[in-house]
Amino acid sequence: MRPSLDKTVLFIAASLPALALLWLVPTGGLGVNPIREGMHYTGDWAIRLLILALAITPAAKVSGAKKLFRYRRMIGLFAFFYGLLHVFTYVVLDHFFDVETIIKDIAKRPFITIGMGVFLILLALAVTSTHQMVRRLGARRWQALHRLVYLAGVGAAVHFTLSVKKDITEPLIYGAIIAALLLARLLLRYELLPRIKIPAVRGEPVEP
Amino acid sequence: MLIRIRRAGDVRESEITPESLYLSRRLFLAGGAAAAIGLSINPARAEAELRALGPMRKSAFSTAEERTPYEAVTNYNNFYEFGLDKEDPAAKAHSLQPRPWSLRIDGEVARPQTFDVDDLIAKTPLEERIYRLRCVEAWSMVVPWVGFPLSSLLSRVEPTGKAKYVAFETLHDPMQMPGQNKEVLEWPYREGLRLDEAMHPLAILAVGLYGRVLPNQNGAPIRLVVPWKYGFKSIKSIVRIRLTERQPRTAWNVAAPDEYGFYANVNPDVDHPRWSQAKERRIGDFFRRDTLMFNGYGDEVAQLYSGMNLRRYF
Repeated sequence: MRPSLDKTVLFIAASLPALALLWLVPTGGLGVNPIREGMHYTGDWAIRLLILALAITPAAKVSGAKKLFRYRRMIGLFAFFYGLLHVFTYVVLDHFFDVETIIKDIAKRPFITIGMGVFLILLALAVTSTHQMVRRLGARRWQALHRLVYLAGVGAAVHFTLSVKKDITEPLIYGAIIAALLLARLLLRYELLPRIKIPAVRGEPVEP
Repeated sequence: MLIRIRRAGDVRESEITPESLYLSRRLFLAGGAAAAIGLSINPARAEAELRALGPMRKSAFSTAEERTPYEAVTNYNNFYEFGLDKEDPAAKAHSLQPRPWSLRIDGEVARPQTFDVDDLIAKTPLEERIYRLRCVEAWSMVVPWVGFPLSSLLSRVEPTGKAKYVAFETLHDPMQMPGQNKEVLEWPYREGLRLDEAMHPLAILAVGLYGRVLPNQNGAPIRLVVPWKYGFKSIKSIVRIRLTERQPRTAWNVAAPDEYGFYANVNPDVDHPRWSQAKERRIGDFFRRDTLMFNGYGDEVAQLYSGMNLRRYF
């Protein structure tokens, strides 16, 4: 099956921040403390793509542009991919498998505990993202599992906010967007927000 | 209630440019003009033209460790008066006017004085001190400072018997330090030491690095360096030193008292609430290295804290 043009474009666009690293790292573009900078860079892109993934459903329902659902899985997988790079930076580059320190960090520091929780959710969603997994789990169970994405979104915003030393403006902006998307979802559910009825797309479960 | 009826030609309040923005635009335009006529405002290049400091003695306190390259020392700075990013100070500190510069010393002293910093530099024997610098954020550098012991200056103003602490203040001038327009910390930046810490021979006032006068982003024209404490204690661009009876307010301690103590001695056993202080990354290294108690200056300074609970007085 040949991938469609729009999905190819989206794939390339979402890859650009990672491809940019291939340029930034060898040229010193990440400054004199590249590991710390890379940690922030990959974390920023993980939360941005997670927000984009969360925005798909409300945007599609409110606008009636059901085509948007086609992009949801890929964007979600990219959010996981940047989250994976973020965790890789922490575990391998920053602490070089210093398991003792890492375990202590996870146990003692709420922002790392939450960050790891978010990563585990994204991992579970990524692993179960295939059509085959939808069938194996059954649509209802699959959907219940994938609603955890909202918990991941909230967790990511809290993780970011707690990790900042001073000036929490940026994480609060991300947090506000995630809260708004969650609210939109609730309003849609209780039919408090106008929506255009669309039939479920085959193979891609849509909320009732 | 005042109801204002706006006429079509009126300027909305929201359209009036705040003075600070207007002024920064002028600065931006000036920068653009400089670029247009081929002048470089690239800070790295400007630094190479900084004045070389006169003869300086070597010091037994200097470490033989490899020095962190000049480019890293001058382009990776925490100096919130110029922005929160590490690259901000190098990019923006050109607005600071470090010369002429007055340094006032008063408080519990017999002879309060105001010094002209260049005069002070000319009349004080300078030393090179190659020190480890350990940031509270778990990275470190080795910096060849040029300066003189803080104790020599304090002795000149003759502290009274009441003097127990030394309080330091950075310049407070949002025109020169645009970061002060944002309330991220209580301005001016303040720091403090116990008098016996301040009189310790390791504590210096630095006026240069790598043999030249301090670049603006490193705290020109005069800054504190206390190598056994986390970097934020080493206050930059000092305008006032006051000897006091009581422990002074310090910027980071006021901002987050549970994260940054008054003492802030480098201590691998006392974690920051959000990260471990057991290890650090030396700028330029891939692997972290163990952080040493008092940043490796324990032989010199540990006796200052004998009997003190360093977990409590972190």
